[in-house]
Amino acid sequence: MLRLEARPEPSRAMVLLTPIIAVVATMIAGGILFAILGNNPFTAIRIIFWDPLFNDMVASYTRPQLLVKATPLILMAIGLSFGFRANVWNIGAEGQFIMGAVVGGGTALALYPLESALVFPLIIIMGGLGGFLWAMIPAILKIRFNANEILVSLMLVYVAAQFLAAMVTGPMKSPVGMGFPVSRNFNEYQSAFNAELLSNTGLHFGVLVMMGVVIVGYIFLTRHIFGFQIRVSGQSARASKFAGVNPHTTVALCLGISGALAGLAGLFEVTGPAGKLSTNFPLGYGFTAIIVAFLGRLHPVGILLAGLLMALTYIGGELAQFQMSIPAAAIQVFQGMLLFFLLGVDILVNFRLRWASTKEAR
Amino acid sequence: MDLSSISPVTLIVSLMAASTPILLAALGELIVEKSGVLNLGVEGMMIIGAVCGFIAAVTTGSPWLGFLFGAICGAAVSMIFAVLTQYLMANQVATGLGLTMFGLGLASLLGHSYTGINPPLFSQIHIPVLSDLPVVGRIVFGHDPMIYFSLALTFAIWYFLTRTRGGLVLRAVGESHDAAHALGYKVIRIRMLAIAFGGACAGLGGAYLSLVRVPQWAEGMTAGAGWIALAIVVFASWKPGRAIIGAYLFGGVTVLQLNLQAAGLAISPAYLSMTPYLATIIVLVIMASDKKRQSLNAPASLGKTFFAST
Repeated sequence: MLRLEARPEPSRAMVLLTPIIAVVATMIAGGILFAILGNNPFTAIRIIFWDPLFNDMVASYTRPQLLVKATPLILMAIGLSFGFRANVWNIGAEGQFIMGAVVGGGTALALYPLESALVFPLIIIMGGLGGFLWAMIPAILKIRFNANEILVSLMLVYVAAQFLAAMVTGPMKSPVGMGFPVSRNFNEYQSAFNAELLSNTGLHFGVLVMMGVVIVGYIFLTRHIFGFQIRVSGQSARASKFAGVNPHTTVALCLGISGALAGLAGLFEVTGPAGKLSTNFPLGYGFTAIIVAFLGRLHPVGILLAGLLMALTYIGGELAQFQMSIPAAAIQVFQGMLLFFLLGVDILVNFRLRWASTKEAR
Repeated sequence: MDLSSISPVTLIVSLMAASTPILLAALGELIVEKSGVLNLGVEGMMIIGAVCGFIAAVTTGSPWLGFLFGAICGAAVSMIFAVLTQYLMANQVATGLGLTMFGLGLASLLGHSYTGINPPLFSQIHIPVLSDLPVVGRIVFGHDPMIYFSLALTFAIWYFLTRTRGGLVLRAVGESHDAAHALGYKVIRIRMLAIAFGGACAGLGGAYLSLVRVPQWAEGMTAGAGWIALAIVVFASWKPGRAIIGAYLFGGVTVLQLNLQAAGLAISPAYLSMTPYLATIIVLVIMASDKKRQSLNAPASLGKTFFAST
């Protein structure tokens, strides 16, 4: 019979290996799922993971999309990973993403049609601020009243979605939108449009910010006292107090940083790829970012890779939807399975499997 | 605005229907948390129950089979969480979130071809004379059987937790799994059962949503009901009786805001739709700030992983 045996210390090899095992297991389970749906599993897996990058027919369109889709996921996942390490569970990145888009995008709409080089920096700040302030609500309620940040931040996602609906049907509704609940198109507003910097690469300003955040995040986590403090708080709240970490500061910082990054992600998304505020704007990136954070082992470099992989499943999923009419929800199931497999094989980091005779006294 | 269109009796009757799915899910989660496990996948199990119950009811034409199948499917998906957290010792918060995301995806996949269909009618009971009484008749004797079931279940859970040996064992496991293990109780087995029960209740609540409350299948139709159920467990300080108060309070806010929307209150309906979520946050804050009561009732091993080293 198989038995688990605790490792004396976590296996470094397994830390790197388990995400790969999880991805392979997900491909197999996903293949079975596609077969049940009546599709050829090998074709489906090829369309999702191979075609977006290497198929000449579609790659000219899909390759640039990789950066576009990965950017919001990576930005949010890095912010979330700090909190997850410190046992501060911000589940409401989706809401902070929406509020960043609404506050930053709203500022741009208010300034329209003023053309100035200052508009774009201003709306970036406002976007980050929108997400930051939205995340400070659970932070303050947690610090002041000890309210559970998981539930509060999650409830605020629904509030933010309703707020967005109120805005696009009211004050932010486009005067030229023929009555549809959408805002003005940002690509008609030169100063606020988050344009592609190099044509056909998907590289917009947000991608540069994302890359900067990966580097800064890496330095913060491995070389800065803040990284040490959040790791200690996560491992033992009591030990961290002895190490001089103020738990309230940790909660505020973790939620604040992740909120601000989610707000930035929302702003870059709405002024660039999405192009306008509408009730269809939230696509659940804030929730997918949670998977990205875990898949990337809560480490900035890992998150960068995980974000690109997850972006690939989105793009490949769209291709599969288009070419094989695999429903969009199948990709969501696929991503959920990935998280399950990842959490499941995680045990190999701290335990090893041993054959043990059942007769042995236990 | 025409407030006279809102009748108090209708309001109370629809309040009870609005609260029942959340009450059922909250009761299930209460048992799970009492056993020391934090399952954040309630939303996912609920929506699976909603879609599976709907499909079963439409296919067989029997709402009863729909409820049964919804509960079975809710329990089935909860087993993913159970195996991952109990045997593979995965982080409960992350796994619960995964279950929610997976459930939402799987439900839209399964329900793909079931949108826009009406489920078989699940009618209210009608007791001659009693149900025809003015006011009282509608409020006390005029509901569908599931509402009475949810109330009976509340009582049964209270009785189980406080008056039976099984309840004592369950609570012991939730308070200190190491001590319970040392006494010879099968911690993991008990927790697996608790998680399955929680899944079945969430599935039942979901099925009620798609078969009675709405009644239709729509993608993402739970709209946070599972999360609100989690909040209600905290509000109830892990006591079944208080879960009724929490659920009905929430149902009251939901129904009231829907009625205000219908009555044409002069603000954007989006602001009214926020109120149930805001009310939940306020309730959470009020309950959490009372630290003494929280620490007295919260299971001490909640969310902690158990590994029998010997």
